[in-house]
Amino acid sequence: MSDQPKSLFDKVWEKHIVEDESADRPAVLYIDLHLVHEVTSPQAFSAIEERGLKVRRPDRTFATLDHSTPTLPPNEKGERPYFTADAKNQVETLERNTKNHGVKLFGWGSENRGVVHVMGPEMGLTQPGMTVVCGDSHTSTHGAFGCIAFGIGTSEVGHVLATQCLAQRKPKTMRITVTGELQAGVSGKDVALTIINRLGFGGGTGYALEYCGPVIDALDMEGRMTVCNLSIEAGARCGMIAPDQKTIEWLRGRAYVPSDYEAAATEWLKLKSDDGAVFDDEITIDGSVIEPMATWGTTPDQGAPISQAVPVASNENEAKALKYMHFGGGDARGLAKVDVVFIGSCTNGRMADLRAAAEIMKGRHIAEGVRMLVVPGSEQVRAEAVAEGLDKIFTDAGAEWRLPGCSMCIAMNGDFVQPGQLAVSTSNRNFEGRQGPGARTVLASPATAAASAIAGHITDPRTYLQSA
Amino acid sequence: MASNQEPINTFSSRIAVLPEANIDTDQIIPARFLTTTSRKGLGVAAFNDWRYEKDGTPKPDFILNTIDPEEHRVLVGGNNFGCGSSREHAPWALTDYGFKAVISTEIADIFTSNSLKNGLLPIVVTPEIHENLLKNPQQRVTIDLESNELRLEDGTVFIFKIEAFARQCLLEGVDAMGWLINRLPAIETYENEHAA
Repeated sequence: MSDQPKSLFDKVWEKHIVEDESADRPAVLYIDLHLVHEVTSPQAFSAIEERGLKVRRPDRTFATLDHSTPTLPPNEKGERPYFTADAKNQVETLERNTKNHGVKLFGWGSENRGVVHVMGPEMGLTQPGMTVVCGDSHTSTHGAFGCIAFGIGTSEVGHVLATQCLAQRKPKTMRITVTGELQAGVSGKDVALTIINRLGFGGGTGYALEYCGPVIDALDMEGRMTVCNLSIEAGARCGMIAPDQKTIEWLRGRAYVPSDYEAAATEWLKLKSDDGAVFDDEITIDGSVIEPMATWGTTPDQGAPISQAVPVASNENEAKALKYMHFGGGDARGLAKVDVVFIGSCTNGRMADLRAAAEIMKGRHIAEGVRMLVVPGSEQVRAEAVAEGLDKIFTDAGAEWRLPGCSMCIAMNGDFVQPGQLAVSTSNRNFEGRQGPGARTVLASPATAAASAIAGHITDPRTYLQSA
Repeated sequence: MASNQEPINTFSSRIAVLPEANIDTDQIIPARFLTTTSRKGLGVAAFNDWRYEKDGTPKPDFILNTIDPEEHRVLVGGNNFGCGSSREHAPWALTDYGFKAVISTEIADIFTSNSLKNGLLPIVVTPEIHENLLKNPQQRVTIDLESNELRLEDGTVFIFKIEAFARQCLLEGVDAMGWLINRLPAIETYENEHAA
């Protein structure tokens, strides 16, 4: 058996098996890194405390504040403008839980606080070959480093806090190969939206995905994180990419990487699927024809190139989505007036994302009537962006430059899109009401979001890149 | 293993049908209700934005406002139920409302995992069974976890699949944390062998 070619997923999975699965028992899977935030953890801490337990491996558990946190600064008395008393209580609950259990919290005042899936990699906590979990479905992001990384519910957060393990069945595997070379102005977000469109919203259910091929190889680490981040939007809990020299260089020098970095890097570079590894399913996508994408419906798979007209509904589900979005089948994408533009989130809140948006916005101004929020993914991203002067480019263009957090992606901190407004957003979900009750969301890349803010309607970013 | 919830064995119930496809967990419980630190009390906010007008008035034709939760323990959703966010608040909201089972042709992975830990049975059926349920929304069904049977009112019997360990936990009303805690000796051995 051991001589059979193995996939990257199989290799990492097998290394973390404490007890293998059988017909009537799931595997006991060891978790190397557990990331925690304020929204999905309070009931998990309560659950272990009810059993009289402490966090078993605080050295493998790291917390941050991101979902409920205001993105506006404190007032002159130092009070943060929480949206509700419950939000404040939730943040304080995590502050208390982490203190009581000896867990490191990158909280208020930390220069390392950030959206959990931005913070983990940039601190070097996320390392190739690890198992990574968090009570958040976009944990798949960390798969960009060759990790098995997946979202879990609060009960399972409790299991990991108590035992550092999860009871899991091995998922099926699917390899997604993206061939060719991307055109200028096309980003990892456009690749991801194309893949999700091809797989369908539930097409990845039950699978762990591995992304590979020349387009994936050519993406920078931020682009790879965006692709893995969106795996869950096709229903896959986990998506991964084999580490390469880019991975090694991106992680080098970060706070928590191993002290003998070269030795670790040598091992990490061995992590890849063997030739002849068998997958339960395989698909191939021609990357050379991918164009800037924008969604037109209310699920992330309902997307199309901006150059194409809004599709005519082919079923009841699509008709319902178009009705909610106030889009007419056959309309040009640029017809719809944009009210709000949001740049940020665990999907597109990193330096490469902000640079892509700034490149288009530099020396330009957002259209009249557009409200634009730029929310860096972490304090580190914020500091780096300020050092490069990106904040000035955004504010000069008329955008609001906010403090790090999930903000308008999940809209639970008071950063809402108003009812009926149309938002072009670099986030991950265009569900009905996701960005606020009645909000209409179009998902797109940072470049497309920036171009749409300038033009005031959904716009292909190449319009501005070519004229720059 | 510690007791977690009431054991599930066999129950009969009328169904409540929400035929929309891709009902995501943001619809089941919108994010602004996630600031709670409790597992309880979310039933009133289940499907909040579909269920209430902006001023909080219940919409008279929305299914959850027309049924008796005591009588309707089984929610039938459209294809790909429970997709999106990993929030366990979604099954908490559904069980707090009164549901004990969810039926669809496809149910998302994380939602399935979360439901099984909260006494909410996720049952994946064939398109034929699904159509029977959608076309006969007034019917009463029986769910028998001992025999893995979903029995429809017209006598049709469907054998559903459910992960063996989760099934045992549901039948006994215990949770997986206790089982994992009993694995600690093996976990410690693993850690010693893999210490860097």
